Amino acid sequence: MTGVRAFAVEAVDIRKSYGELKAVDGVSFTVDEGEFFGILGPNGAGKTTTLEIVEGLREPDAGTVALLGESPWPRNLKLLPRVGVQLQASSFFEKLTAREQLETFGSLYGVSKSIVADMLELVGLLDKADVQENKLSGGQRQRLSIACALVHDPDVVFLDEPTAALDPQARRNLWDVLRAIQARGKTIVYTTHYLDEAEILCDRVAIMDRGRVLAMDSPAALVRGLDAPTRITLQPGALPAETARGIEGVDDVHEEDASMTISTRKPAVVLSALAERGALDGLQVRTATLEDVFLDLTGREYRA
Amino acid sequence: MSTAFKSLSVAMVKGFLRDRMALFFMFVFPLMFLVVFGLLFRDSGADKIKLAVVGDGPVVAALERTGAVEVQRFDDQQAAVDKVKDGDLPAALILSGNDVRLRFAASDQVAAGTVNGLVSGVVDKVNLGATGQPPAFRLDQQPVEDASLKPIQYLTPGILSWGVSISAVFGSALTLVSWRKKQVLRRIRLAPISAFTVLTSRVVVSVGVAVLQAALFVAVASTPPFGLKLSGDWYPALPLLVLGTLAFFAIGMLVGAFCKSEEAASGAANMLVLPMSFLSGTFFPIENAPGWLQAVSKVLPLRHMNDGMLDILVRGKGIGALVVPSAVLVGFTLVVGFVASRVFRWED
Ligand SMILES: Nc1ncnc2c1ncn2[C@@H]1O[C@H](COP(=O)(O)OP(=O)(O)OP(=O)(O)O)[C@@H](O)[C@H]1O
Ligand SMILES: [Mg+2]
Repeated sequence: MTGVRAFAVEAVDIRKSYGELKAVDGVSFTVDEGEFFGILGPNGAGKTTTLEIVEGLREPDAGTVALLGESPWPRNLKLLPRVGVQLQASSFFEKLTAREQLETFGSLYGVSKSIVADMLELVGLLDKADVQENKLSGGQRQRLSIACALVHDPDVVFLDEPTAALDPQARRNLWDVLRAIQARGKTIVYTTHYLDEAEILCDRVAIMDRGRVLAMDSPAALVRGLDAPTRITLQPGALPAETARGIEGVDDVHEEDASMTISTRKPAVVLSALAERGALDGLQVRTATLEDVFLDLTGREYRA
Repeated sequence: MSTAFKSLSVAMVKGFLRDRMALFFMFVFPLMFLVVFGLLFRDSGADKIKLAVVGDGPVVAALERTGAVEVQRFDDQQAAVDKVKDGDLPAALILSGNDVRLRFAASDQVAAGTVNGLVSGVVDKVNLGATGQPPAFRLDQQPVEDASLKPIQYLTPGILSWGVSISAVFGSALTLVSWRKKQVLRRIRLAPISAFTVLTSRVVVSVGVAVLQAALFVAVASTPPFGLKLSGDWYPALPLLVLGTLAFFAIGMLVGAFCKSEEAASGAANMLVLPMSFLSGTFFPIENAPGWLQAVSKVLPLRHMNDGMLDILVRGKGIGALVVPSAVLVGFTLVVGFVASRVFRWED
């Protein structure tokens, strides 16, 4: 590689309309090689459409896409072996078992069957190897679908809502899988409804709504940019409200029947002051999240 | 052979073998028709004309020698005529000395004509023999086929062609619809293999199924209850089988391109295959149909596959009988396949 930093994905002002509806309305973003990039947004935001344009499954009405330096549209045979895709709706061959699905998809890329057991283990489906796809649970199908996207060891992986329909344990296992893939230097672009999850996993996120990108940065930077207060919740009567108001750094104190909430932009200072007073009963600290960012950007409550 | 090609074929064969409904409709269903029609019509072609006979003489002996009549003897003239009147027998022959009297039921014109022709022919021959003169004209009679076309002989090629049309049309249409619906097509499109590989792997599966169907149907039809006799020169049926499969495969691709759901695709495929099978002489020889129906049937690929199969499998006409059906089937495949490729969609 030259000294120039290579983009795995570079999308410039892509647009796609379905009749009157602007599903993707001028989206631009780049993803570095090795980066974990998340596209977030509510239903119908245009995440899938954006992803499919970048993958080369759809032709944009306008704009350009470079995937690993090449145009993915029209179908670019040179690119395909380096790209792994999990579609939002899982796509399987009829009546084949989990193992056979992986073998078949692998063979499309010239991958030997010996890898299949590893892939099944990676997504925790070894014990379901010989179960037909239609007899797997929703979450198991989802995991199989992810394994099918990874079977040929692609450089860039696109996952459309991979953690939808997963139970908390499976979600966490999948996080580990995704982190392991990233650790091997692969680029991951994924969509999700879970803002909390994106905050944990992604190097950078783009928040989409109604076909446009509203904000794009690392989750931490987005939250910081919001300059929203941290909310410290205590048991009622943990200390008098007046005392609380007197603590340095406290912006606001709000008392309810079941709790007292202190808002602050200097949580470290306030928490140590509270600790000095021994007033930490029932302590909960809630910092601003991407949900607050979304609320701030759209004026709407985020509903996944 | 590329691994992608092989494993796609294997994937489709496995999916097919695990689909009981598909197996039933491709193998058991046509076989049921073969068995039912085969047994139903077993004796109809070989039926001899039954004839009540009272008395005896050279005429009776000559009639029996023709092999075309089955003689039932009666002692009583009245009993024999009553049998005819009741419609149990088509005619009664009453002989006394040189007097030959034939009483027949005019209601069954075909049987009456046959009996009249047969008996008068035999009487003429015996008369001529009695004069001791050499015949002025010599009639040389020989069958042109080694087997007369018993029903099983035309049923088997017909049901074989029909069965192949079902499996190829439904197979390709349903695979296409279900792969499109389940996004398998989009997913395959993201893999570095050509559409040609995907298409040919499916075609190969259809051809394999057709060969299995042919082997099964012919094997069953050849068992004693049915008694199919293949002509010695049946090998040209194989290329015809492949060409027929291709033509029906193309039709299935066209159906699959237009239909969004499996249900719609089966409905549409049925609407094509069922009338086509009747118009192509699958169950009954089309020669008895009105002229305009025969003209319609001439444009159907099943008709030509059927004719070709009949000529090759049963009539023993050999490779020459391939020309017309093959040309029609290839033409059909090219035209329909071209249209199907124009309307093909990767996704809904
Ligand atoms: N093939 C299509 N034809 C017509 N409209 C479409 C098509 N695909 C998507 N849309 C519309 O485009 C908009 C964006 O859809 P898209 O699937 O990209 O949303 P999304 O962000 O992925 O939503 P979700 O979170 O529900 O998956 C939606 O309003 C959808 O109805
Ligand atoms: Mg989506």
